[in-house]
Amino acid sequence: MSAVVAQAAPEPATATESSVIVDGVVRRFGQRVVLDRLDLQIAPREFVILLGQSGCGKSTLLRLLAGLDLPDDGRVTVPRKRAIVFQEHRMLPWQRVWNNVTIGVPDGDRRATALEVLQEVGLERHADAWPKTLSGGEAQRVSLARALVADPDLVLLDEPFASLDAITRLRMHDLVRGLRERHDSTMLLVTHDVDEAIALANRILVMRDGRIANDHRVDLDVDGRARGPARDNLRSTLLSEVGLQPHAS
Amino acid sequence: MATIVGHGVEVFAPREATRRSRLRGRRLRSPLGIYTSPLILLIAWGALCATGALSPTLAASPSQVVSAGAHLWSHGEPSTLRADLGISLMRALVGLAIGVTVGGIAGTFAGLTRLGENVFNGPVQILNTIPFLALLPLFIMWLGIGETSKIAMISLGAAIPVYINLFGAIRNVDPRLIEMARAAGISRPRMLTRVVLPGALPGGLIGLRLAIAYSLLGLVVAEQINANSGIGFMINQAQTFDRIDEMFLGLLIYAILGLTGDQIVRALERYLLRWRPSSSGSRA
Repeated sequence: MSAVVAQAAPEPATATESSVIVDGVVRRFGQRVVLDRLDLQIAPREFVILLGQSGCGKSTLLRLLAGLDLPDDGRVTVPRKRAIVFQEHRMLPWQRVWNNVTIGVPDGDRRATALEVLQEVGLERHADAWPKTLSGGEAQRVSLARALVADPDLVLLDEPFASLDAITRLRMHDLVRGLRERHDSTMLLVTHDVDEAIALANRILVMRDGRIANDHRVDLDVDGRARGPARDNLRSTLLSEVGLQPHAS
Repeated sequence: MATIVGHGVEVFAPREATRRSRLRGRRLRSPLGIYTSPLILLIAWGALCATGALSPTLAASPSQVVSAGAHLWSHGEPSTLRADLGISLMRALVGLAIGVTVGGIAGTFAGLTRLGENVFNGPVQILNTIPFLALLPLFIMWLGIGETSKIAMISLGAAIPVYINLFGAIRNVDPRLIEMARAAGISRPRMLTRVVLPGALPGGLIGLRLAIAYSLLGLVVAEQINANSGIGFMINQAQTFDRIDEMFLGLLIYAILGLTGDQIVRALERYLLRWRPSSSGSRA
């Protein structure tokens, strides 16, 4: 797996089995230390959910992993083939849907490639539509397709379903689970929604004070994620770790 | 269309639902679009002349203007209207083409690079503060009284708004879209052709519309100050020979040129910007 390293000070690279290695990363904005010597390793094919209150630095970490920002100290190692799904769909309004999907694909039969991946998200009929004609959920499915089109080793998702309604969000969870079965990507999804985390994750990380404060493995099946004592325990643990009083669900 | 029913209630229904609202809608919708008010002005002008409210020494009537046009079209002296219109259009179009090209290239370069901004922005801002029409005497001194100084004048008028609007539009392309494209691994040429330039197109078309208006201004001034052909020259001739109908004809031709140019850009906008949420055929 090819990897790129973003670092503040030169250090020898370490060979590893991990897909993502974050080593003592510091990121400051003015006086404010958002990431405080943060360490994190993610194994290939893991689906990691990064949970935390707003302002805890989870989006900052995601941007560092995406290479959209550089750390002030420490180093970040990520696969070179990676993609990001933003909170907003960020489609180019002047390109039709299929052209948006393949915006980063340099050559080949771009339309065929687009149709293939649009079919995976159930939007092949909308390939020639303008973005303005799509609903919020459809637009976010297009941005999922755009992320998956190059078969990335790492997919970063920054609160991708935050602006969708509850029903659409549940449909998106099903879709993401389905996509997980066909793609070998490592996925890291940032959210502040505890239920979304339980619904999707292999592993849930809770971020607090600029570091990974808690690390949970989730080995539940689909039913176990929907109901049961294990789920309820995990949920109340996560809620209190995030800093909320747990409520009975 | 809302129909008030009782207190605090509003009912919305398709426009076709009620006969009354449909009739009212059709009456309000003007079938001639933006040509409605020019047409009304034309009719009012004809009426004022016909009733004698406008003295024939002050204004020619629409019919006099039309017959002057028909006569001059092939029998004008010293040149026919057809030839004058041709030379005026040639000057405007060549000047516009040069101005839009130069302004477009410079504006793109300045929008994309710090170097381009440093090179072009200062001079253009200076030129933008001087009325470009004031430079005509200088242009005549430098370039002579022939076509070159006229076309240079028109080009300058067209280049400045294209540059300013394109530069601003490129700098204002949504940075989130640029970030998205970069994260998707887009190549530099495609970043330009798929993201930056299409994103700057709405602003660029505003520049083009202004360029057409300014190039007509340049044309009028260049032709009236120093020319022996063209619509402006025809107007000057008409003044000399006290032909008010021919003066009105010249002014009317300038007005039609301006209106036509604007309509062409609007049609371009309707086609090129059909992806915009505000353009027709959209779903919420």
